[in-house]
Amino acid sequence: MKTLIKQLVETFGPSGQEGAVSLLLANTLQGHVDEVRTDVMGNLIMLKKGSGHGRRVMLAAHMDEIGLVVSHIDQQGFARFQAIGGVMSTSLVGGRVRFANGAVGVIGWQYWLQRRELPKIEEMYMDLGATSAADVPVQVGDVACFDRPFEDLGKRLVAKAMDDRIACAVLAETLIELGDTPNDVYAVFTTQEELGTRGAMTAAFGIEPDVAVALDITGTGDTPKASPMAVVLGGGPAIKIKDLGMLAHPGVKDWMIRTAEQHGIPYQREVLDIGSTDARAIQTTRAGIPAGCLSVPGRYIHSPSEVVDYDDVLNSVRLLKAMLSAPIAL
Amino acid sequence: MILQELSDLRGVSGCERDVRAYISDQVRELADERRTDALGNLICLRRARRPVDGTPLKVMVAAHMDEIGFLVTGINRDGTVRFGKVGGIDDRILLSKQVLIGDQKIPGVIGYRPIHLISAKDRQAAPDVSRAAIDIGSSSKTSTEARVSLGDQITFRTSFQTMEPGGLRCVSGKALDDRAGCAVLIDVLREDYAVDLYAVFTAQEEVGMRGARVAADAIRPDLAFVLEGTVCDDLPKEEDLSHVTEVGKGPAITFMDRSVVADRRLVDLLVRTAQANGIPYQFKKGVFGGTDAGAIQLSREGVPAVALAVPCRNIHAPVSILSLNDLDNATRLMVATLHGLKGSL
Amino acid sequence: MDLVAHLKEITMATGLSGHEGDVRGLIQRTWQPYVDEFRVDALGNLIALKRGQRSAGTGTHSIMLAAHMDEIGLMVTGYEGSFLRFTRVGGVDLRTILGQEVTVHGRRELPGVISSRPPHVLTEEERAAAVPVDKLFVDVGLAADELPTLVQVGDLVSMRRETIELQDEYLSGKAMDDRAGVASLTVCLEELSRLHHEWDVYAVATTQEEVGLRGAMASAYGTAPTVGIAVDVGFGAQVGVSEEESIEMDGGPAIAMGPNIHPTVRVRLVETAGRYEIKYQTEVAPGATGTDAWAIQVAREGVPTALLSIPLRYMHTSVETVCLRDVQRTGRLMALTIASLDEAFAASLAQ
Repeated sequence: MKTLIKQLVETFGPSGQEGAVSLLLANTLQGHVDEVRTDVMGNLIMLKKGSGHGRRVMLAAHMDEIGLVVSHIDQQGFARFQAIGGVMSTSLVGGRVRFANGAVGVIGWQYWLQRRELPKIEEMYMDLGATSAADVPVQVGDVACFDRPFEDLGKRLVAKAMDDRIACAVLAETLIELGDTPNDVYAVFTTQEELGTRGAMTAAFGIEPDVAVALDITGTGDTPKASPMAVVLGGGPAIKIKDLGMLAHPGVKDWMIRTAEQHGIPYQREVLDIGSTDARAIQTTRAGIPAGCLSVPGRYIHSPSEVVDYDDVLNSVRLLKAMLSAPIAL
Repeated sequence: MILQELSDLRGVSGCERDVRAYISDQVRELADERRTDALGNLICLRRARRPVDGTPLKVMVAAHMDEIGFLVTGINRDGTVRFGKVGGIDDRILLSKQVLIGDQKIPGVIGYRPIHLISAKDRQAAPDVSRAAIDIGSSSKTSTEARVSLGDQITFRTSFQTMEPGGLRCVSGKALDDRAGCAVLIDVLREDYAVDLYAVFTAQEEVGMRGARVAADAIRPDLAFVLEGTVCDDLPKEEDLSHVTEVGKGPAITFMDRSVVADRRLVDLLVRTAQANGIPYQFKKGVFGGTDAGAIQLSREGVPAVALAVPCRNIHAPVSILSLNDLDNATRLMVATLHGLKGSL
Repeated sequence: MDLVAHLKEITMATGLSGHEGDVRGLIQRTWQPYVDEFRVDALGNLIALKRGQRSAGTGTHSIMLAAHMDEIGLMVTGYEGSFLRFTRVGGVDLRTILGQEVTVHGRRELPGVISSRPPHVLTEEERAAAVPVDKLFVDVGLAADELPTLVQVGDLVSMRRETIELQDEYLSGKAMDDRAGVASLTVCLEELSRLHHEWDVYAVATTQEEVGLRGAMASAYGTAPTVGIAVDVGFGAQVGVSEEESIEMDGGPAIAMGPNIHPTVRVRLVETAGRYEIKYQTEVAPGATGTDAWAIQVAREGVPTALLSIPLRYMHTSVETVCLRDVQRTGRLMALTIASLDEAFAASLAQ
């Protein structure tokens, strides 16, 4: 599965520009699903039909990653920029970003070597290697993502955009390995989650599922002076009970836990104090949809080097397959 | 359970009447003499019943009846009740609590400005309670004045509760400081000793150990033990800091607090007795708080004194927690220590 | 119906956002005699339908009444020795829960206390600041090895608070926000059982209002009403709140005005109050009202919506205080307004 993960995380795809990720997934899953379509928001919606005696299940993993958008090019050829999604200013200075056309930018900070306090995005700029505004390889409105290669550390994997390409990988692998299922499985690779779970809204409205599970990444509490949190890297896929935007439907949560316990799959109970996922948007679509979330634990989320545990990833696939292969009782 | 009944009784410093009446009734058959003095202390004497060479030692054992709380200091135009703190109360625990006012037990609440109207920045500071007032649901000053009088005592409306049964046998309730000490002292009075035991249920400890001071002056004991509920700070901490005392580790012997440096001989006696009888004990680590021992020790020409305490979490708050194991062990230790006293120290 | 007993029962029941099952059962049992049918939707909203008696020539119209049954509280996030760490569910002011008695809903209902360090050991600076959440713990009086068998991450922690009667028909307890609103719906349904009304009535006890009006979004979409009225609580006059920020206790419900409120519905409420001499107040909300009304108004193609606020002191503490008479007035006002709704009113909604 590592090859697929590497391909996914290294693909360019900030919110609003998910096309390349969508193409990669469509190619990878050709022949493994019954129907494929794309909606107005760019969501990639795939259907694996069930035997007909199950439910309409929607799974959502978002294709977009956080990024930067060029807002101004000054006369010297430096580009000012703004954030797309929750970019942490502390992760930028001295880092590299890449544009769709291959251009590479270095992030500089006005007060580098002058000050010690936290930098603000308004005080930063991109150096695109230009000598003046005339030979800048990008324009205002162009979008960049972090430029870091995938690293395989054995049990641990490092890359940018693990949030949420790792979940895309989990979902894709599940579709590839999934055998017979009583349920109609709608696997949705959503767009613009980082801008406020937007793609998921229209996808859910269109599909009208009976139950939905978002697949995303979550934090861990096992690094030095971390905010206390029960989830640890390598402890198994996390079954979300609550995050800042959403309370999981108790029936969905219990179904996930029951499945994990019946199949002897390790899992963790997750309560996250920050952030939210596509489940939040899906839950209040139309007249409401029972929704939950399966999370892959990760460290340094929204930095260019997000770290996940490969066993957690494999167990997430196992759990998702087990959940989908049987009738769903909420 | 005696501790339960004591905890639910109401008796802010200076208003110990109901607690005193209950205790007096409990010890009726256990004390040879009972009297109440000018400060409201209940002084009980149980003479020596075991053989002793010469005059028996006069031993004073004290536990205070009063609890922290408030008194009515005024009534606002809008019918709410102004109050003043009795004893050392952390302002931050006042909010969102129910209270009972006066003998009529008029229920009231201490509310607070809704979170919606407070900025995130302001929420990081301790709440300003300078204009906090108790709401009894009346809309006028006259209506309140018909039910509440200046000087009425105000206690937290807390009911004693047995917690989930576990190894520690924890209970929760108000005023465990020092109804725990009173409960221990009542049990101590059930035994026969070779000393004249002055069991003093003191008044007004929380406002400056006032009752103990005059009681000691009248009794002139040879030595004194004080039974208390004490600071327990065993919550998780980031750094390796003292817990002061820990629930479940046994009664705490105070070698020093802000009111007293305990008599070394009495400290050693307690420790020896605990070890000889296999009773768990701990030391109160850190110099915090004050007890009746401080007042007794400085009485007249001085009295050797030491404090033995039951660890109480959330002391000086509306609900405290202690372990019945610690309470029982405090009783065992006090009884065994008194048994061990015959002649002089 | 004994309103005091009803309010005590539903405020003391447990129903944190997302987990309203227990209180929902109680509300359903209470409403049973006054309605025709119930359903519970995907988000746990309790939707009760009382059909109207349509006269010939009247279209099918319905009014949705919404009061949220969820309360704010806490959730266990982990263990720390023999204590529990927690996070908030909804807008709990952490400064008001120091020393609060709670119930941990683990394998059993465990009594507990919100603990923090005693003042004797704190520095002056520490005492001048609010206790941060990572220094607050729940103490259930157990040893560290006894906890995991009884409590898990994700277990809910509710405020343990008896609802008490103060003077002059004032009641104080937790979750008056918005169980007082739910009680006013009960009053309304009881009155309606004695009145003739043409419109269908959906009485909805909504879920998850405190975490983002989520139940109202789903239930408004599902019932697709002609008109909606949300009933919530408003800042009652109290110490620490200025006159400009508050409404009068015992002054009757506040009928809101502003962009969130459809003027025609509001006017009907005001006229009804005047005709039947029901005390009411007016409050102006220039933007979002922070209530289910905000969500209902934009369901599907939009719903003409109004908001009634019951005056309440000490919002989001465990001593929230209401005047019973305000609850009664609110219920009566809704019932009498509903009884006046007809085809002409439906036509007048087009702006």
